[in-house]
Amino acid sequence: MGTHHYNLSEQFEFTGKVKTLSIIGIVIGLATIGYYGFVSSEHWAHERIFANLLLMAYYFACVCMSGAFFLAVQYVAQAGWSASILRVPQAMAKVLPIAVVILLVVIGLGLYTHNLYHHWHADGLTDPNSDNFDKLIAGKSAFLNVPFFMSRQVIFLGTYSIFATLLAKWSANEDLEGGLNSYRKSFKYSCIFLVIYGFTTPVFAFDTIMSLEAHWFSTMFGWYNFAAMWVSSLATIAVIIILLRRAGYMSWVNNSHLHNLGQFIFGFSIFWTYVWFAQFLLIYYANMSEETVYFYNRFNNYEAWFYINLIMNFLSPLLLLMDRDNKRSETTLLIVSIIVLCGHWVDYYQMIMPGVFTNGTKDGSGFGLPEIGTALGFLGLFTFTVMGSLSKKPLIAKNHPFLQESLNHHL
Amino acid sequence: MSNIKYILGSFGDPDEMMHGIEKLQENNIKIHDVYTPMPIHGIEAKLGVKRSRLDIAAFFFGITGTLTMLTGVYLATVVDWPINIGGKTHFALPDFIPITFELTILFCAFGLVGSYYASTHLFPGRAPRVMDLRATNDRFIIAIDAKANAEHEKIDELLKGAGALEVKYNERKYVSYE
Repeated sequence: MGTHHYNLSEQFEFTGKVKTLSIIGIVIGLATIGYYGFVSSEHWAHERIFANLLLMAYYFACVCMSGAFFLAVQYVAQAGWSASILRVPQAMAKVLPIAVVILLVVIGLGLYTHNLYHHWHADGLTDPNSDNFDKLIAGKSAFLNVPFFMSRQVIFLGTYSIFATLLAKWSANEDLEGGLNSYRKSFKYSCIFLVIYGFTTPVFAFDTIMSLEAHWFSTMFGWYNFAAMWVSSLATIAVIIILLRRAGYMSWVNNSHLHNLGQFIFGFSIFWTYVWFAQFLLIYYANMSEETVYFYNRFNNYEAWFYINLIMNFLSPLLLLMDRDNKRSETTLLIVSIIVLCGHWVDYYQMIMPGVFTNGTKDGSGFGLPEIGTALGFLGLFTFTVMGSLSKKPLIAKNHPFLQESLNHHL
Repeated sequence: MSNIKYILGSFGDPDEMMHGIEKLQENNIKIHDVYTPMPIHGIEAKLGVKRSRLDIAAFFFGITGTLTMLTGVYLATVVDWPINIGGKTHFALPDFIPITFELTILFCAFGLVGSYYASTHLFPGRAPRVMDLRATNDRFIIAIDAKANAEHEKIDELLKGAGALEVKYNERKYVSYE
Protein backbone atom coordinates (compact mmCIF):
# COMPACT_ATOMS: atom_id res chain seq x y z
CA MET A 1 0.00 0.00 0.00
CA GLY A 2 1.69 3.23 1.11
CA THR A 3 0.63 6.73 0.27
CA HIS A 4 -0.61 7.59 -3.18
CA HIS A 5 -0.68 10.84 -5.01
CA TYR A 6 -3.51 11.14 -7.46
CA ASN A 7 -4.63 14.10 -9.46
CA LEU A 8 -7.90 14.85 -7.69
CA SER A 9 -9.00 17.50 -10.17
CA GLU A 10 -8.62 15.18 -13.18
CA GLN A 11 -11.37 15.81 -15.67
CA PHE A 12 -12.64 13.71 -18.55
CA GLU A 13 -12.37 15.32 -21.97
CA PHE A 14 -15.19 14.32 -24.26
CA THR A 15 -13.65 14.66 -27.70
CA GLY A 16 -12.28 12.66 -30.59
CA LYS A 17 -13.32 9.17 -31.57
CA VAL A 18 -15.79 8.56 -28.75
CA LYS A 19 -17.72 11.71 -29.57
CA THR A 20 -17.71 11.05 -33.32
CA LEU A 21 -18.84 7.45 -32.86
CA SER A 22 -21.63 8.43 -30.48
CA ILE A 23 -22.91 11.02 -32.96
CA ILE A 24 -22.75 8.44 -35.78
CA GLY A 25 -24.80 6.12 -33.54
CA ILE A 26 -27.42 8.81 -32.98
CA VAL A 27 -27.60 9.48 -36.73
CA ILE A 28 -28.04 5.76 -37.48
CA GLY A 29 -30.78 5.63 -34.87
CA LEU A 30 -32.60 8.64 -36.26
CA ALA A 31 -32.29 7.28 -39.82
CA THR A 32 -33.75 3.94 -38.73
CA ILE A 33 -36.63 5.60 -36.91
CA GLY A 34 -37.22 7.95 -39.84
CA TYR A 35 -37.18 5.15 -42.39
CA TYR A 36 -39.51 2.77 -40.56
CA GLY A 37 -41.65 5.55 -39.15
CA PHE A 38 -42.31 7.49 -42.34
CA VAL A 39 -40.87 5.87 -45.48
CA SER A 40 -41.24 2.09 -45.20
CA SER A 41 -44.46 0.66 -46.58
CA GLU A 42 -44.31 -2.60 -44.62
CA HIS A 43 -47.54 -3.05 -42.68
CA TRP A 44 -45.64 -3.81 -39.50
CA ALA A 45 -43.14 -0.94 -39.72
CA HIS A 46 -44.80 1.42 -37.28
CA GLU A 47 -45.55 -1.20 -34.67
CA ARG A 48 -42.07 -2.65 -34.91
CA ILE A 49 -40.34 0.70 -34.57
CA PHE A 50 -42.54 1.64 -31.62
CA ALA A 51 -41.79 -1.67 -29.91
CA ASN A 52 -38.07 -1.04 -30.41
CA LEU A 53 -38.35 2.55 -29.22
CA LEU A 54 -40.15 1.37 -26.10
CA LEU A 55 -37.50 -1.28 -25.51
CA MET A 56 -34.56 1.08 -25.82
CA ALA A 57 -36.19 4.05 -24.09
CA TYR A 58 -37.11 1.77 -21.19
CA TYR A 59 -33.60 0.32 -21.12
CA PHE A 60 -32.05 3.81 -21.22
CA ALA A 61 -34.29 5.17 -18.44
CA CYS A 62 -33.80 2.06 -16.30
CA VAL A 63 -30.01 2.15 -16.54
CA CYS A 64 -29.99 5.85 -15.59
CA MET A 65 -32.44 5.52 -12.71
CA SER A 66 -30.55 2.52 -11.37
CA GLY A 67 -27.47 4.77 -11.46
CA ALA A 68 -29.32 7.01 -9.00
CA PHE A 69 -30.30 3.89 -7.06
CA PHE A 70 -26.61 2.88 -6.92
CA LEU A 71 -25.74 6.30 -5.46
CA ALA A 72 -28.51 6.00 -2.87
CA VAL A 73 -27.45 2.48 -1.87
CA GLN A 74 -23.87 3.64 -1.37
CA TYR A 75 -24.95 6.59 0.76
CA VAL A 76 -27.36 4.57 2.89
CA ALA A 77 -24.85 1.78 3.44
CA GLN A 78 -22.24 4.47 4.19
CA ALA A 79 -20.02 2.51 1.84
CA GLY A 80 -16.42 3.62 1.61
CA TRP A 81 -15.07 1.54 -1.25
CA SER A 82 -17.16 3.29 -3.90
CA ALA A 83 -16.37 6.91 -2.94
CA SER A 84 -13.85 7.33 -5.74
CA ILE A 85 -16.07 5.97 -8.51
CA LEU A 86 -19.30 7.79 -7.64
CA ARG A 87 -18.93 10.30 -10.47
CA VAL A 88 -19.81 7.63 -13.04
CA PRO A 89 -23.25 6.71 -11.61
CA GLN A 90 -23.75 10.43 -10.94
CA ALA A 91 -23.27 11.19 -14.62
CA MET A 92 -25.86 8.51 -15.39
CA ALA A 93 -28.24 9.95 -12.78
CA LYS A 94 -27.86 13.43 -14.25
CA VAL A 95 -28.96 12.13 -17.66
CA LEU A 96 -32.11 10.57 -16.16
CA PRO A 97 -34.36 13.60 -16.91
CA ILE A 98 -33.47 13.34 -20.63
CA ALA A 99 -34.16 9.60 -20.61
CA VAL A 100 -37.45 10.20 -18.81
CA VAL A 101 -38.63 12.73 -21.40
CA ILE A 102 -37.79 10.31 -24.22
CA LEU A 103 -39.60 7.43 -22.51
CA LEU A 104 -42.67 9.56 -21.82
CA VAL A 105 -42.77 10.75 -25.45
CA VAL A 106 -42.49 7.16 -26.72
CA ILE A 107 -45.23 5.93 -24.37
CA GLY A 108 -47.45 8.93 -25.14
CA LEU A 109 -47.07 8.61 -28.90
CA GLY A 110 -47.50 4.85 -28.70
CA LEU A 111 -50.79 5.29 -26.87
CA TYR A 112 -51.93 8.07 -29.19
CA THR A 113 -51.15 6.18 -32.41
CA HIS A 114 -52.39 2.84 -30.96
CA ASN A 115 -49.09 1.17 -31.73
CA LEU A 116 -48.39 0.29 -28.09
CA TYR A 117 -50.70 -0.88 -25.31
CA HIS A 118 -53.47 -1.67 -27.81
CA HIS A 119 -54.41 -4.62 -25.65
CA TRP A 120 -56.06 -2.34 -23.09
CA HIS A 121 -56.29 0.91 -25.01
CA ALA A 122 -58.70 0.62 -27.93
CA ASP A 123 -62.25 1.67 -28.70
CA GLY A 124 -65.06 -0.18 -26.96
CA LEU A 125 -62.95 -2.46 -24.76
CA THR A 126 -64.76 -1.32 -21.65
CA ASP A 127 -68.19 -0.77 -23.19
CA PRO A 128 -70.52 -3.77 -22.55
CA ASN A 129 -72.55 -3.01 -25.68
CA SER A 130 -69.60 -2.96 -28.00
CA ASP A 131 -68.35 -5.88 -30.10
CA ASN A 132 -64.88 -5.23 -28.76
CA PHE A 133 -65.99 -5.55 -25.14
CA ASP A 134 -63.36 -7.31 -23.04
CA LYS A 135 -64.51 -8.31 -19.58
CA LEU A 136 -61.03 -8.66 -18.13
CA ILE A 137 -59.85 -5.28 -19.44
CA ALA A 138 -63.06 -3.66 -18.22
CA GLY A 139 -62.39 -5.08 -14.77
CA LYS A 140 -58.93 -3.58 -14.77
CA SER A 141 -59.91 -0.26 -16.26
CA ALA A 142 -60.04 1.51 -12.90
CA PHE A 143 -56.26 1.09 -12.87
CA LEU A 144 -55.42 0.75 -16.55
CA ASN A 145 -56.85 3.88 -18.08
CA VAL A 146 -54.87 6.47 -20.02
CA PRO A 147 -55.06 9.46 -17.63
CA PHE A 148 -54.15 7.43 -14.54
CA PHE A 149 -51.52 5.46 -16.46
CA MET A 150 -49.80 8.58 -17.78
CA SER A 151 -49.95 10.38 -14.45
CA ARG A 152 -48.35 7.38 -12.74
CA GLN A 153 -45.56 7.42 -15.31
CA VAL A 154 -45.00 11.14 -14.87
CA ILE A 155 -45.07 11.01 -11.07
CA PHE A 156 -42.77 7.99 -10.73
CA LEU A 157 -40.24 9.06 -13.31
CA GLY A 158 -40.41 12.68 -12.19
CA THR A 159 -39.71 11.68 -8.58
CA TYR A 160 -36.74 9.55 -9.59
CA SER A 161 -35.39 12.42 -11.70
CA ILE A 162 -35.68 14.90 -8.84
CA PHE A 163 -33.81 12.64 -6.43
CA ALA A 164 -31.19 11.78 -9.07
CA THR A 165 -30.57 15.46 -9.82
CA LEU A 166 -30.40 16.37 -6.13
CA LEU A 167 -27.88 13.65 -5.29
CA ALA A 168 -25.65 14.77 -8.16
CA LYS A 169 -26.02 18.42 -7.17
CA TRP A 170 -25.07 17.86 -3.53
CA SER A 171 -21.99 15.92 -4.55
CA ALA A 172 -20.97 18.86 -6.76
CA ASN A 173 -21.55 21.24 -3.83
CA GLU A 174 -19.41 18.99 -1.66
CA ASP A 175 -16.49 19.56 -4.06
CA LEU A 176 -16.77 23.31 -3.56
CA GLU A 177 -17.64 23.60 0.12
CA GLY A 178 -16.21 20.50 1.79
CA GLY A 179 -17.58 19.53 5.18
CA LEU A 180 -20.22 16.97 5.99
CA ASN A 181 -23.39 18.92 5.18
CA SER A 182 -23.79 17.53 1.67
CA TYR A 183 -23.07 14.02 2.82
CA ARG A 184 -25.64 14.17 5.62
CA LYS A 185 -28.27 15.57 3.28
CA SER A 186 -27.47 12.92 0.66
CA PHE A 187 -27.76 10.20 3.31
CA LYS A 188 -31.15 11.42 4.49
CA TYR A 189 -32.67 11.84 1.06
CA SER A 190 -31.17 8.55 -0.12
CA CYS A 191 -33.10 6.77 2.63
CA ILE A 192 -36.32 8.40 1.46
CA PHE A 193 -35.49 7.68 -2.18
CA LEU A 194 -34.84 3.98 -1.56
CA VAL A 195 -38.22 3.53 0.10
CA ILE A 196 -40.03 5.32 -2.73
CA TYR A 197 -38.01 3.51 -5.38
CA GLY A 198 -38.54 0.11 -3.82
CA PHE A 199 -42.30 0.46 -3.73
CA THR A 200 -42.78 2.18 -7.09
CA THR A 201 -40.42 0.37 -9.51
CA PRO A 202 -42.55 -2.81 -9.57
CA VAL A 203 -45.61 -0.72 -10.42
CA PHE A 204 -43.58 1.15 -13.02
CA ALA A 205 -42.60 -2.18 -14.61
CA PHE A 206 -46.21 -3.48 -14.44
CA ASP A 207 -47.33 -0.36 -16.28
CA THR A 208 -44.64 0.01 -18.88
CA ILE A 209 -44.01 -3.61 -19.84
CA MET A 210 -46.50 -6.02 -18.28
CA SER A 211 -49.55 -4.08 -19.46
CA LEU A 212 -48.59 -4.86 -23.07
CA GLU A 213 -50.32 -8.16 -22.37
CA ALA A 214 -52.99 -6.84 -20.06
CA HIS A 215 -54.83 -10.14 -19.49
CA TRP A 216 -51.79 -11.75 -17.97
CA PHE A 217 -50.27 -10.72 -14.68
CA SER A 218 -47.50 -11.84 -12.40
CA THR A 219 -46.62 -10.30 -9.06
CA MET A 220 -43.00 -11.35 -9.56
CA PHE A 221 -42.77 -9.26 -12.71
CA GLY A 222 -41.86 -6.05 -10.91
CA TRP A 223 -38.93 -7.59 -9.05
CA TYR A 224 -37.86 -9.43 -12.15
CA ASN A 225 -37.62 -6.09 -13.97
CA PHE A 226 -35.98 -4.45 -11.00
CA ALA A 227 -33.26 -7.11 -11.03
CA ALA A 228 -32.78 -6.68 -14.78
CA MET A 229 -32.45 -2.89 -14.63
CA TRP A 230 -30.16 -2.99 -11.58
CA VAL A 231 -27.76 -5.56 -12.98
CA SER A 232 -27.62 -3.84 -16.36
CA SER A 233 -26.84 -0.55 -14.62
CA LEU A 234 -24.02 -2.19 -12.63
CA ALA A 235 -22.62 -3.65 -15.83
CA THR A 236 -22.79 -0.21 -17.46
CA ILE A 237 -20.88 1.35 -14.56
CA ALA A 238 -18.23 -1.37 -14.86
CA VAL A 239 -17.90 -0.87 -18.63
CA ILE A 240 -17.56 2.91 -18.31
CA ILE A 241 -14.96 2.66 -15.55
CA ILE A 242 -12.89 0.04 -17.38
CA LEU A 243 -12.95 2.01 -20.64
CA LEU A 244 -12.00 5.22 -18.80
CA ARG A 245 -9.12 3.39 -17.16
CA ARG A 246 -7.96 2.09 -20.53
CA ALA A 247 -8.06 5.65 -21.84
CA GLY A 248 -5.72 6.68 -19.02
CA TYR A 249 -8.22 8.17 -16.58
CA MET A 250 -9.14 7.11 -13.05
CA SER A 251 -5.74 5.66 -12.16
CA TRP A 252 -6.97 5.27 -8.56
CA VAL A 253 -9.36 2.49 -9.51
CA ASN A 254 -7.56 -0.74 -8.60
CA ASN A 255 -8.64 -4.31 -9.08
CA SER A 256 -10.23 -4.39 -5.64
CA HIS A 257 -12.79 -1.87 -6.88
CA LEU A 258 -13.32 -4.06 -9.94
CA HIS A 259 -13.66 -7.04 -7.61
CA ASN A 260 -16.50 -5.29 -5.77
CA LEU A 261 -18.25 -4.39 -9.02
CA GLY A 262 -17.73 -7.95 -10.21
CA GLN A 263 -19.30 -9.30 -7.04
CA PHE A 264 -22.25 -6.99 -7.56
CA ILE A 265 -22.72 -8.10 -11.17
CA PHE A 266 -22.28 -11.76 -10.24
CA GLY A 267 -24.60 -11.56 -7.26
CA PHE A 268 -27.37 -9.67 -8.98
CA SER A 269 -27.19 -11.85 -12.09
CA ILE A 270 -27.90 -14.77 -9.78
CA PHE A 271 -30.64 -12.69 -8.15
CA TRP A 272 -32.13 -11.97 -11.58
CA THR A 273 -32.14 -15.69 -12.33
CA TYR A 274 -33.71 -16.41 -8.97
CA VAL A 275 -36.60 -14.02 -9.62
CA TRP A 276 -36.92 -15.10 -13.25
CA PHE A 277 -37.05 -18.72 -12.19
CA ALA A 278 -39.43 -18.09 -9.30
CA GLN A 279 -41.86 -16.59 -11.79
CA PHE A 280 -41.34 -19.37 -14.33
CA LEU A 281 -41.51 -22.27 -11.88
CA LEU A 282 -44.82 -21.24 -10.32
CA ILE A 283 -46.44 -20.87 -13.72
CA TYR A 284 -44.92 -24.10 -15.05
CA TYR A 285 -45.88 -26.08 -11.97
CA ALA A 286 -49.42 -24.78 -11.56
CA ASN A 287 -50.05 -25.11 -15.31
CA MET A 288 -53.10 -22.83 -15.40
CA SER A 289 -53.99 -21.65 -18.86
CA GLU A 290 -54.44 -17.97 -17.98
CA GLU A 291 -50.89 -17.94 -16.62
CA THR A 292 -49.11 -20.24 -19.05
CA VAL A 293 -50.25 -18.13 -22.00
CA TYR A 294 -47.25 -15.86 -21.41
CA PHE A 295 -44.66 -18.62 -21.69
CA TYR A 296 -46.68 -20.48 -24.33
CA ASN A 297 -46.23 -17.54 -26.65
CA ARG A 298 -42.53 -17.26 -25.86
CA PHE A 299 -41.87 -20.97 -26.21
CA ASN A 300 -43.62 -21.28 -29.52
CA ASN A 301 -42.62 -18.11 -31.30
CA TYR A 302 -39.45 -16.99 -29.52
CA GLU A 303 -37.89 -20.24 -28.38
CA ALA A 304 -34.29 -19.39 -29.26
CA TRP A 305 -34.50 -16.04 -27.46
CA PHE A 306 -35.84 -17.78 -24.39
CA TYR A 307 -32.70 -19.90 -24.04
CA ILE A 308 -30.25 -17.22 -25.23
CA ASN A 309 -31.65 -15.03 -22.45
CA LEU A 310 -30.74 -17.62 -19.81
CA ILE A 311 -27.34 -18.36 -21.28
CA MET A 312 -26.32 -14.71 -21.45
CA ASN A 313 -27.77 -13.52 -18.16
CA PHE A 314 -27.28 -16.56 -15.97
CA LEU A 315 -24.74 -19.03 -17.28
CA SER A 316 -22.14 -16.58 -18.54
CA PRO A 317 -21.83 -14.48 -15.37
CA LEU A 318 -22.09 -17.64 -13.25
CA LEU A 319 -19.27 -19.45 -14.99
CA LEU A 320 -17.09 -16.50 -15.99
CA LEU A 321 -17.30 -14.47 -12.80
CA MET A 322 -17.36 -17.19 -10.15
CA ASP A 323 -13.58 -17.26 -9.79
CA ARG A 324 -12.01 -14.53 -7.67
CA ASP A 325 -9.25 -13.81 -10.19
CA ASN A 326 -11.80 -13.33 -12.96
CA LYS A 327 -13.65 -10.67 -10.97
CA ARG A 328 -10.37 -8.86 -10.53
CA SER A 329 -9.39 -9.09 -14.19
CA GLU A 330 -10.22 -6.02 -16.22
CA THR A 331 -10.69 -7.89 -19.50
CA THR A 332 -12.91 -10.63 -18.10
CA LEU A 333 -15.09 -8.16 -16.25
CA LEU A 334 -15.42 -6.02 -19.38
CA ILE A 335 -16.42 -9.01 -21.52
CA VAL A 336 -18.92 -10.31 -18.97
CA SER A 337 -20.41 -6.83 -18.51
CA ILE A 338 -20.93 -6.48 -22.25
CA ILE A 339 -22.49 -9.97 -22.43
CA VAL A 340 -24.82 -9.05 -19.55
CA LEU A 341 -25.77 -5.75 -21.21
CA CYS A 342 -26.60 -7.51 -24.50
CA GLY A 343 -28.32 -10.22 -22.46
CA HIS A 344 -30.67 -7.77 -20.86
CA TRP A 345 -31.49 -6.36 -24.26
CA VAL A 346 -32.55 -9.91 -25.16
CA ASP A 347 -34.42 -10.11 -21.85
CA TYR A 348 -36.40 -6.94 -22.60
CA TYR A 349 -36.84 -8.06 -26.21
CA GLN A 350 -38.64 -11.23 -25.22
CA MET A 351 -40.69 -9.33 -22.63
CA ILE A 352 -41.89 -6.71 -25.12
CA MET A 353 -42.06 -8.15 -28.64
CA PRO A 354 -44.49 -11.06 -28.09
CA GLY A 355 -46.82 -8.71 -26.22
CA VAL A 356 -46.83 -6.01 -28.87
CA PHE A 357 -47.19 -8.33 -31.85
CA THR A 358 -49.61 -10.91 -30.46
CA ASN A 359 -52.14 -8.23 -29.69
CA GLY A 360 -51.38 -6.19 -32.77
CA THR A 361 -50.80 -7.23 -36.36
CA LYS A 362 -49.70 -10.70 -35.19
CA ASP A 363 -46.77 -10.78 -37.59
CA GLY A 364 -43.81 -8.65 -38.42
CA SER A 365 -41.88 -9.42 -35.28
CA GLY A 366 -38.31 -10.41 -35.83
CA PHE A 367 -34.73 -9.39 -35.55
CA GLY A 368 -33.19 -7.12 -38.13
CA LEU A 369 -32.38 -3.57 -39.06
CA PRO A 370 -35.04 -1.86 -36.90
CA GLU A 371 -33.65 -3.59 -33.79
CA ILE A 372 -29.99 -2.95 -34.55
CA GLY A 373 -30.53 0.62 -35.74
CA THR A 374 -32.62 1.67 -32.74
CA ALA A 375 -30.22 -0.01 -30.31
CA LEU A 376 -27.22 1.74 -31.90
CA GLY A 377 -29.09 5.03 -31.80
CA PHE A 378 -29.76 4.76 -28.09
CA LEU A 379 -26.24 3.49 -27.41
CA GLY A 380 -24.94 6.61 -29.15
CA LEU A 381 -27.36 8.82 -27.27
CA PHE A 382 -26.40 7.23 -23.96
CA THR A 383 -22.68 7.65 -24.65
CA PHE A 384 -23.13 11.21 -25.86
CA THR A 385 -25.22 12.39 -22.91
CA VAL A 386 -23.51 10.43 -20.11
CA MET A 387 -19.96 11.16 -21.28
CA GLY A 388 -20.92 14.78 -21.85
CA SER A 389 -22.24 15.05 -18.32
CA LEU A 390 -19.21 13.18 -16.95
CA SER A 391 -16.85 15.68 -18.57
CA LYS A 392 -18.44 18.63 -16.73
CA LYS A 393 -17.11 17.71 -13.27
CA PRO A 394 -13.81 16.27 -12.00
CA LEU A 395 -13.71 12.47 -12.12
CA ILE A 396 -13.42 12.16 -8.36
CA ALA A 397 -15.50 13.63 -5.54
CA LYS A 398 -12.49 15.06 -3.74
CA ASN A 399 -14.28 16.06 -0.50
CA HIS A 400 -16.21 12.83 -0.04
CA PRO A 401 -15.73 11.85 3.63
CA PHE A 402 -14.78 8.26 2.76
CA LEU A 403 -12.43 9.11 -0.08
CA GLN A 404 -9.27 7.91 1.68
CA GLU A 405 -10.90 4.58 2.42
CA SER A 406 -11.75 4.22 -1.23
CA LEU A 407 -8.29 5.21 -2.46
CA ASN A 408 -6.72 2.62 -0.14
CA HIS A 409 -9.36 0.02 -0.89
CA HIS A 410 -7.87 -3.43 -0.74
CA LEU A 411 -9.60 -6.79 -0.66
CA MET B 1 22.76 -28.90 21.97
CA SER B 2 19.82 -27.02 23.36
CA ASN B 3 16.34 -28.49 23.44
CA ILE B 4 14.72 -25.26 22.29
CA LYS B 5 12.35 -25.98 19.46
CA TYR B 6 10.59 -22.67 18.86
CA ILE B 7 11.28 -19.05 19.65
CA LEU B 8 8.14 -17.00 20.19
CA GLY B 9 8.10 -13.22 20.01
CA SER B 10 5.03 -11.99 21.86
CA PHE B 11 3.76 -8.54 20.85
CA GLY B 12 1.02 -6.46 22.39
CA ASP B 13 0.39 -4.40 19.27
CA PRO B 14 -0.32 -5.63 15.73
CA ASP B 15 1.62 -2.78 14.07
CA GLU B 16 4.72 -3.58 16.10
CA MET B 17 4.32 -7.23 15.18
CA MET B 18 4.14 -6.33 11.48
CA HIS B 19 7.30 -4.29 12.00
CA GLY B 20 8.89 -7.32 13.66
CA ILE B 21 8.03 -9.49 10.64
CA GLU B 22 9.71 -6.95 8.37
CA LYS B 23 12.86 -6.87 10.53
CA LEU B 24 13.15 -10.65 10.56
CA GLN B 25 12.60 -10.85 6.83
CA GLU B 26 15.25 -8.22 6.21
CA ASN B 27 17.70 -10.42 8.11
CA ASN B 28 16.68 -13.54 6.18
CA ILE B 29 15.26 -15.29 9.21
CA LYS B 30 12.55 -17.69 8.20
CA ILE B 31 9.30 -17.26 10.08
CA HIS B 32 7.49 -20.49 10.94
CA ASP B 33 4.08 -18.92 11.45
CA VAL B 34 2.26 -16.01 13.07
CA TYR B 35 -0.63 -16.36 15.51
CA THR B 36 -3.00 -13.50 16.18
CA PRO B 37 -6.28 -13.23 18.06
CA MET B 38 -7.92 -11.41 15.13
CA PRO B 39 -7.46 -11.21 11.36
CA ILE B 40 -4.77 -8.73 10.30
CA HIS B 41 -5.16 -7.01 6.96
CA GLY B 42 -2.42 -7.76 4.47
CA ILE B 43 -0.55 -10.28 6.62
CA GLU B 44 -0.93 -13.14 4.12
CA ALA B 45 0.79 -11.14 1.42
CA LYS B 46 3.58 -10.14 3.78
CA LEU B 47 4.23 -13.71 4.94
CA GLY B 48 3.78 -15.10 1.44
CA VAL B 49 0.96 -17.40 2.53
CA LYS B 50 -0.50 -19.19 -0.48
CA ARG B 51 -4.11 -18.52 -1.31
CA SER B 52 -6.53 -20.92 0.27
CA ARG B 53 -7.88 -23.63 -2.01
CA LEU B 54 -11.09 -23.78 -0.02
CA ASP B 55 -13.06 -22.25 -2.92
CA ILE B 56 -12.03 -25.08 -5.25
CA ALA B 57 -13.03 -27.60 -2.60
CA ALA B 58 -16.34 -25.73 -2.21
CA PHE B 59 -17.03 -26.03 -5.93
CA PHE B 60 -16.50 -29.77 -5.94
CA PHE B 61 -18.56 -30.33 -2.79
CA GLY B 62 -21.32 -28.29 -4.38
CA ILE B 63 -21.25 -30.11 -7.69
CA THR B 64 -21.36 -33.42 -5.79
CA GLY B 65 -24.56 -32.23 -4.11
CA THR B 66 -26.06 -31.21 -7.46
CA LEU B 67 -25.29 -34.55 -9.07
CA THR B 68 -26.47 -36.53 -6.02
CA MET B 69 -29.82 -34.80 -6.05
CA LEU B 70 -30.35 -35.07 -9.80
CA THR B 71 -29.42 -38.76 -9.73
CA GLY B 72 -31.71 -39.37 -6.77
CA VAL B 73 -34.61 -37.58 -8.42
CA TYR B 74 -34.04 -39.42 -11.67
CA LEU B 75 -33.95 -42.81 -9.95
CA ALA B 76 -37.09 -42.01 -7.95
CA THR B 77 -39.24 -40.38 -10.61
CA VAL B 78 -38.17 -42.23 -13.75
CA VAL B 79 -36.68 -45.59 -12.83
CA ASP B 80 -38.43 -46.61 -9.65
CA TRP B 81 -41.72 -44.83 -9.48
CA PRO B 82 -42.90 -43.11 -12.65
CA ILE B 83 -46.13 -41.24 -11.94
CA ASN B 84 -48.01 -38.91 -14.24
CA ILE B 85 -48.17 -35.59 -12.41
CA GLY B 86 -50.16 -32.95 -14.25
CA GLY B 87 -49.21 -34.44 -17.60
CA LYS B 88 -45.58 -33.40 -17.23
CA THR B 89 -42.62 -35.53 -18.24
CA HIS B 90 -41.40 -37.82 -15.48
CA PHE B 91 -38.13 -35.99 -15.11
CA ALA B 92 -39.61 -32.47 -14.99
CA LEU B 93 -36.40 -30.61 -14.32
CA PRO B 94 -37.76 -27.16 -13.29
CA ASP B 95 -39.72 -28.77 -10.44
CA PHE B 96 -36.52 -30.11 -8.93
CA ILE B 97 -34.29 -27.05 -9.32
CA PRO B 98 -35.07 -25.66 -5.83
CA ILE B 99 -34.31 -28.94 -4.05
CA THR B 100 -31.19 -29.44 -6.17
CA PHE B 101 -30.09 -25.97 -5.16
CA GLU B 102 -30.70 -26.82 -1.51
CA LEU B 103 -28.68 -30.00 -1.68
CA THR B 104 -25.84 -28.19 -3.44
CA ILE B 105 -25.67 -25.74 -0.55
CA LEU B 106 -25.98 -28.48 2.07
CA PHE B 107 -23.15 -30.58 0.62
CA CYS B 108 -21.04 -27.48 0.18
CA ALA B 109 -21.57 -26.34 3.77
CA PHE B 110 -20.97 -29.74 5.38
CA GLY B 111 -18.01 -30.39 3.13
CA LEU B 112 -16.39 -27.09 4.04
CA VAL B 113 -16.92 -27.57 7.77
CA GLY B 114 -15.32 -30.99 7.43
CA SER B 115 -12.37 -29.65 5.43
CA TYR B 116 -11.87 -26.87 7.91
CA TYR B 117 -11.75 -29.29 10.83
CA ALA B 118 -9.44 -31.64 8.98
CA SER B 119 -7.01 -28.93 7.93
CA THR B 120 -6.83 -27.31 11.37
CA HIS B 121 -6.83 -30.54 13.37
CA LEU B 122 -9.88 -29.38 15.21
CA PHE B 123 -12.52 -31.93 15.91
CA PRO B 124 -14.63 -32.83 18.90
CA GLY B 125 -12.69 -34.55 21.65
CA ARG B 126 -9.29 -33.25 20.61
CA ALA B 127 -7.51 -30.68 22.72
CA PRO B 128 -6.61 -27.76 20.47
CA ARG B 129 -2.89 -27.34 19.95
CA VAL B 130 -1.51 -23.86 20.28
CA MET B 131 2.00 -22.50 20.66
CA ASP B 132 1.10 -19.73 23.07
CA LEU B 133 -2.19 -19.58 24.89
CA ARG B 134 -2.22 -15.81 24.88
CA ALA B 135 -2.35 -15.78 21.05
CA THR B 136 -6.02 -16.56 21.50
CA ASN B 137 -6.48 -13.63 23.82
CA ASP B 138 -4.43 -10.44 23.64
CA ARG B 139 -1.01 -11.22 22.19
CA PHE B 140 0.37 -11.34 18.65
CA ILE B 141 2.88 -14.15 18.33
CA ILE B 142 5.65 -14.63 15.78
CA ALA B 143 6.99 -18.19 15.87
CA ILE B 144 10.47 -18.99 14.58
CA ASP B 145 11.87 -22.49 14.18
CA ALA B 146 14.84 -22.54 16.56
CA LYS B 147 16.51 -25.54 14.92
CA ALA B 148 16.53 -24.01 11.46
CA ASN B 149 17.71 -20.57 12.60
CA ALA B 150 20.84 -20.76 14.73
CA GLU B 151 21.35 -17.10 15.63
CA HIS B 152 19.13 -17.08 18.70
CA GLU B 153 20.63 -13.97 20.22
CA LYS B 154 20.15 -11.98 17.08
CA ILE B 155 16.53 -13.10 16.81
CA ASP B 156 15.97 -12.11 20.43
CA GLU B 157 17.50 -8.71 19.75
CA LEU B 158 15.45 -8.15 16.58
CA LEU B 159 12.19 -9.12 18.23
CA LYS B 160 12.77 -6.93 21.26
CA GLY B 161 13.96 -4.09 19.06
CA ALA B 162 10.69 -4.25 17.14
CA GLY B 163 8.70 -3.98 20.37
CA ALA B 164 8.17 -7.55 21.56
CA LEU B 165 7.00 -7.54 25.17
CA GLU B 166 8.38 -11.01 25.80
CA VAL B 167 10.47 -13.60 23.98
CA LYS B 168 9.87 -17.23 24.87
CA TYR B 169 12.00 -20.29 24.19
CA ASN B 170 9.74 -23.31 24.00
CA GLU B 171 11.03 -26.84 24.26
CA ARG B 172 7.73 -28.25 23.10
CA LYS B 173 6.12 -27.26 19.85
CA TYR B 174 2.60 -27.04 21.23
CA VAL B 175 1.02 -26.39 24.56
CA SER B 176 -2.58 -27.51 24.94
CA TYR B 177 -5.52 -26.48 26.99
CA GLU B 178 -5.64 -29.21 29.57
